[in-house]
Amino acid sequence: MKLSILVLEGPYNHEASDSAYNFIQAALAKGHTIRGIFFYDDGVYNATKLMDPPQDDRHIAKRWSELGATGVDMIVCVAAAKRRGITNEVLVPNVRISGLGQLASMIDECDRFVTFGD
Amino acid sequence: MAATGKKVMVTVRKAPHGSIYVQESIEVMFIFATYDMDLSVVFIDDGVLALQPGQDTKGLGIKGFMASLGALVDWEVTKVYVDRRSLKERNIAEDAVIAIGKDEDTDAPIRPQVLDSAEIAAMMAAQHSIVSF
Amino acid sequence: MLHTVNKSPFQNSALENCLRLAREGDVILLLEDGVYAAAAGTAKSSLVEQALKRHTVYAIEADVKARGLNNLIKEVHIASYADFVDLVEQHPVHAWL
Repeated sequence: MKLSILVLEGPYNHEASDSAYNFIQAALAKGHTIRGIFFYDDGVYNATKLMDPPQDDRHIAKRWSELGATGVDMIVCVAAAKRRGITNEVLVPNVRISGLGQLASMIDECDRFVTFGD
Repeated sequence: MAATGKKVMVTVRKAPHGSIYVQESIEVMFIFATYDMDLSVVFIDDGVLALQPGQDTKGLGIKGFMASLGALVDWEVTKVYVDRRSLKERNIAEDAVIAIGKDEDTDAPIRPQVLDSAEIAAMMAAQHSIVSF
Repeated sequence: MLHTVNKSPFQNSALENCLRLAREGDVILLLEDGVYAAAAGTAKSSLVEQALKRHTVYAIEADVKARGLNNLIKEVHIASYADFVDLVEQHPVHAWL
């Protein structure tokens, strides 16, 4: 199954980012493919490298970046990012900024689509 | 433009202005309408409040999205629906709902089509993907 | 259809709204704060008890455990994220945010 995921909330403030991550890990463990992960609304905050959580807690941006390093298409919406001050300069590696058209493509090219938000 | 792509629905269930979800969902609608997908939009629960007539955000200093809503049909977002029961619960008359466009010939306002919950449920069940706001 | 509900029923009507539109045979998955709806003996337990007549209801185990819920409505199935993935494979999803 090819999955596309939409994340609508920022890290830590809501559980959406964690639920999405845990779901995706389970899907990959079962051999499914992630067609793409799209970050919209406050979801764009998931990709800032300026994130500096306590050492003994999960580093949400880093683990998204690590997922991106495996080849999963990780996109932050340009319009939502601009609104919230997320620019290329502050993005973690393996995540890119692009338009809502990428979300349309992710949906078109997946078997199942799941939204994680508040 | 005939939609030949997959059936994709956007559901809007949150009230406007208290959060940005309604506004950013409309941006999604505009972009999706330019892609080859069979797009429907459904306003349910507090989402129907986005269609309340007479909204004026000037006093809040917020730009708002009302002009964009009025242009949905111009942007080829034509399959727009609203839940009857949600409207009734919130005392919004069906014929008072904001227009999403104007008829090309008569200039008559085009409003979202009011549907019963069962019709919306059936429509949801027919979708390839649903984007939830 | 798979309906996901992530809000507590005490504070948010998402589960009620979901159950109004869910069709016979649709599956309900409670995650995040939505798992509170699966707790037995609460003022909102009847929502899931009624839902069970028409739907299979799942609650994500990690969310249940995180919240210390040890007395769930009997017929609610405990689900892992792997079970969640299987459910998504079987059904298109609507998230009741």
